[in-house]
Amino acid sequence: MIIHPNQKPKSSKNSKNVDAKAHVTGTSLYVDDLPVMAGALHIKVFDSPHAHGIIRSLDYSEAERMEGVVRIFSAKDIPGENQIGGIVADEPLLADKEVHFRGQPILLIAAESEEQAEEALSGISIEIDPLPIITDPREAYAKGSVLHTSRVFKLGDPDKAFENCAYVFSGKAQSGGQEHLYLETQGAYAYPAEHNSVKIHSSTQGPTAVQKTTARILGVSMNQVEVDVARLGGGFGGKEDQASPWGAMAALVAWTLKKPAKCILHRMEDMRMTGKRNPYDSDYKIGLDKDYNIVAYEATYYQNGGAAADLSPAILERTLFHANNSYFIPNIRATAHPCKTNLPPNTAFRGFGGPQGMFVIESAIDHAAREIGIDPHIIQRKNLLQNGSEFPYGQIVEDCEAANCWDEVVHKYKLDTIQEEIAVFNAKNEFEKKGLALMPVCFGISFTNTMMNNARSLVHVYGDGSVGVSTGAVEMGQGVNTKMIQIAADQFGISQEQVKIETTNTTRVANTSPSAASSTADLNGKALLDACSQIKDRLEVFVRKHLSLSEKADISFQEGEIKVNKEQTELEWEELVSLALASRINLSAKGHYATPRIHYDKATEKGHPFAYHVYGTAITVSTVDCIRGTYTIDAVHVVHDFGTSMNRLIDLGQCEGGIVQGIGWMTMEEIIYNKEGRLLSNALSTYKIPDIYAVPKELHVDFLNTDGSELAIYKSKAVGEPPLMYGIGAYFAISNAIRAFNPKSQFEYSAPMTPEKVLLALYGK
Amino acid sequence: MISFLLNDTQVTTSLASGSTVLDFVRYHKSLKGTKIGCREGDCGACTILVGSMESGKLKYRSMTSCLMPLGNAHAKHILTVEGINMKQLSPVQKILEEHNGTQCGFCTIGFIMSLTGFVMDEHASKTEEAIAAMDGNICRCTGYKSIERAAEALTQDLQEKPLNNTLNWLVEQKYLPAYFQNIEERLQALIADQQTIAKEHSSTELRLGGGTDLLVQRPELIRKAELAHLFDSQSLKGISVSDNICSLGASTTVTEFAESPVVQAAFPHLHAYIKLVSSTPIRNMATMAGNLVNASPIGDMSIFFLGLDSSIILNKEGRQRQIKLRDFFLDYKKLNKESGEHIESILFELPTTGTQFNFEKVSKRTHLDIASVNSACHISFAEDGSIDKIHLAAGGVAPVPKYLAKTGAYLTGKIPTDEHLHAALEIMQAEVAPISDARGTAAYKRLLLRQLFIAHMLKFSVPIDSIRNVLAL
Repeated sequence: MIIHPNQKPKSSKNSKNVDAKAHVTGTSLYVDDLPVMAGALHIKVFDSPHAHGIIRSLDYSEAERMEGVVRIFSAKDIPGENQIGGIVADEPLLADKEVHFRGQPILLIAAESEEQAEEALSGISIEIDPLPIITDPREAYAKGSVLHTSRVFKLGDPDKAFENCAYVFSGKAQSGGQEHLYLETQGAYAYPAEHNSVKIHSSTQGPTAVQKTTARILGVSMNQVEVDVARLGGGFGGKEDQASPWGAMAALVAWTLKKPAKCILHRMEDMRMTGKRNPYDSDYKIGLDKDYNIVAYEATYYQNGGAAADLSPAILERTLFHANNSYFIPNIRATAHPCKTNLPPNTAFRGFGGPQGMFVIESAIDHAAREIGIDPHIIQRKNLLQNGSEFPYGQIVEDCEAANCWDEVVHKYKLDTIQEEIAVFNAKNEFEKKGLALMPVCFGISFTNTMMNNARSLVHVYGDGSVGVSTGAVEMGQGVNTKMIQIAADQFGISQEQVKIETTNTTRVANTSPSAASSTADLNGKALLDACSQIKDRLEVFVRKHLSLSEKADISFQEGEIKVNKEQTELEWEELVSLALASRINLSAKGHYATPRIHYDKATEKGHPFAYHVYGTAITVSTVDCIRGTYTIDAVHVVHDFGTSMNRLIDLGQCEGGIVQGIGWMTMEEIIYNKEGRLLSNALSTYKIPDIYAVPKELHVDFLNTDGSELAIYKSKAVGEPPLMYGIGAYFAISNAIRAFNPKSQFEYSAPMTPEKVLLALYGK
Repeated sequence: MISFLLNDTQVTTSLASGSTVLDFVRYHKSLKGTKIGCREGDCGACTILVGSMESGKLKYRSMTSCLMPLGNAHAKHILTVEGINMKQLSPVQKILEEHNGTQCGFCTIGFIMSLTGFVMDEHASKTEEAIAAMDGNICRCTGYKSIERAAEALTQDLQEKPLNNTLNWLVEQKYLPAYFQNIEERLQALIADQQTIAKEHSSTELRLGGGTDLLVQRPELIRKAELAHLFDSQSLKGISVSDNICSLGASTTVTEFAESPVVQAAFPHLHAYIKLVSSTPIRNMATMAGNLVNASPIGDMSIFFLGLDSSIILNKEGRQRQIKLRDFFLDYKKLNKESGEHIESILFELPTTGTQFNFEKVSKRTHLDIASVNSACHISFAEDGSIDKIHLAAGGVAPVPKYLAKTGAYLTGKIPTDEHLHAALEIMQAEVAPISDARGTAAYKRLLLRQLFIAHMLKFSVPIDSIRNVLAL
């Protein structure tokens, strides 16, 4: 069943974002908005002006004497271990002897004001003996410059299968990086606390990561570092691991000098010092039989990891998990190399390597279709996953919605009619052409690192019946606060106004996984369910005793009342809470959840890594101005598998936002480094993300209501990342419009499709 | 001393006049609703509304507070979100909440202020005007569709908005707090009470207009410098026409230019051109002379005025000299301008019924972006179809905003046949020397220059066969 988002859904499923009121009045508090204690210091980072080299000399004596400068910290002022690497210990907080990328932090200036700290930068001189700079991942791989081990996923016997194919095509595909451009830049505010400890307010998706990194830097135990996160002004993966250094820096200054300290990056500092989505350069080879079944596929991915591993090894893994996107391919070999270059360490970004893998298979299919002379969507539809299909990593496809989404979007939006309209338009207009593309998506839900799939929560029911909820989830715009409140309100049968979501804090909820992998609501929601159930169980025992009920009596909590066998009783929620407290019932509970069923063996590269998969298909239509090389996205029509959405407004917002972000990655968002490793697209004036005029004129997201999955919270499937990949359709829609103008044009599969590439392709031979 | 109304309060400060309004409201007045996103006017998270008396009427315009020097706030009403918050949400706030037009919330206040500015504009009530008001606001979360839906719903409630006493109506409808009912009186009292900030400027002072360039490029310098604030200097304002020559005061903003009835009458497609130039808040701040002295090779208004073969009047301590704009740009960021000399006005011939004008711009993102290449052309044809007069300019293809003199000279008197267009393009390519940068490779800019010239010719209804041949189709 399809439900259009414009139809008013019933019940709490359309409840508004609980944070919206504060957002629209400007009362939400981000790190830089927190009241700062008197005497707080401001930190500026002095970063490397060269992409690779040995520090020959570093002199900051002049800066130390400048007005307002309290102290300058170098690597030798780090009391603990100068190490921030998560997966691989390969990255210092402050460069010591060598620098590996332009923008790498070397010194911290702590001054009484931000301006003074900034001015002190001019009092620092550095000499660096240059070493060779590598920015290209293929070059890095050829020179043996890698971050970690390569990985290979294999199914069937691709070598043999290629021999029997009717068609075999091979080529290259490139996708560029992407700046997260969270509107709130990276930052942290720290102050010393008793017992040699420190408290950090951080704009991070991973409070535990900040805590762990800081403890390592300071050489203290984790219980001496408290991290608190109220909310983020956007994260998108950029604050999963890369929020940690700024937190650790603020803590280092605060802890050492015993003064509050704040480190908020300026936009241009943020852009040059932090990593982005990993660019990929890939080779593909695709083989089809005469009926257009994809029989064999081979892909080699050269991942541009930047100068340190960061999360790249995990991102690389997810590229392999999505090498086949939404298609069943019986014989496949996918190889991925994590290449070390002299760029800022690249990192998580919505989709986490999945989009990069999908772009390659879609390029391969497009290539095959053009050579054969058929529409790509004939190949796409024919090879969609089905129940019982095997993923290259051994998981068997269950509850598959790939064909359902595809067929529904084709039917509902009348693909035939759209194609006819495009043909008519293209025949009529000499200098304007339209193109169309379909983009199916299949995305696995869970952290691919099985051990991370767990979460905890802490629930207090207060004496007046109000409820406080803490989880490990970080609110960064995705609406997880709203979903958590929905769950607690629903479980206790009270109004959402009676539930407050607390900040995410490492002393209340410990050892958390970051808010990432689209899994935050599932993991934390399930942990919250557990805590609520414990309290409800205790209350039920109490009610049974208090109302002298039999064991068989069904007790439920609804609309602020306690019902027995669905009949109203005299007992209201507030009264029950007050009576229970008087009877010394524990009205607090800690919940825990660990995703069942999932497992993965890296030795064999087989297992069942995902709790479930999310499916969907998008039709994208674009118009290209063949004089100017500019384009518009006319329409994106999507049928998406939300399971049983627990909040349509929030889920629709995630979908629309993800699609536009994906279109941005594929079109105008161009990360440019020069050969010296200097970021040229280093500000909002040179790096462009979609504005209100750049988005698709029409954007329809239809909810394919499915049974969902037991492993999804309330069977409402995870929605954070999957929609981003619909944006890949924009690349191919524009490509097809270019070909309508110039059928002979030969251009590479190279994203983003900037107006420059479009114009050169329109007039290319 | 700088005095102004900040929301419902009159404030006076001795802070440097070149420090930003953004830092003032956030760090000196603890009004944390206004956010810092980029400090270069490219995200709109710090958007505020600025009320000032324009032709005897209180008018509010959106501006990015990160680029607004405190000195430009003098004798105005500075409005942050705290100044529109009431006990209940305003309809603007409510509608964004209801449509889930906010996710992480960091950009939201900018959108709220822009939309409130739209609501406060007595002439604006259409959805596309509401969208246009938000053209300077970047959101990374929502994909804007929910914001578009909110804007559409908002405009439905504005159909009754009156042209007069708009503020009172907005107070009655609970768009604005009650203090707006006498804000105009208070502002006028404040203005009357103030010594005018305008004074004789010494030649050592740094001249600052809207701040949209200098506060991006050199904020530290501006913060410390002795400044001459020219933005509100009445002698540098105003648009007048005499003998078909239009004279623009140097401090005329892009918005004032675009709103001028005489300019609108002369440029039928003005709205479309201006839509390509930065964003609403930046156009509200950026001055014409600022765009010229900035000397950027891709300044949109520089190209626009070069295409009109404008002249400028320079002034130094009362001594005036008039030169062609094309003679003003000497080399990269080098101007034919003495120290202490400033632009007083810009003069150009208005297009008439016998002439045609066109402005083209291509950038990575069509709106709120800097051009890869931009171009303007003012042309007239003789009765035989030959080009009678042509002025052609292009940006992004040379160290300076380029007046394509040789190309124009060649084309003058010629019929735009494919042969002549071909030859003109060859001359044009020899006249330019683009470089590769973040806005495109040199090869791309050369191709794009050709395309924009073709775009002009298509607009001027040059026969399509000639164009096909030039494009080698």
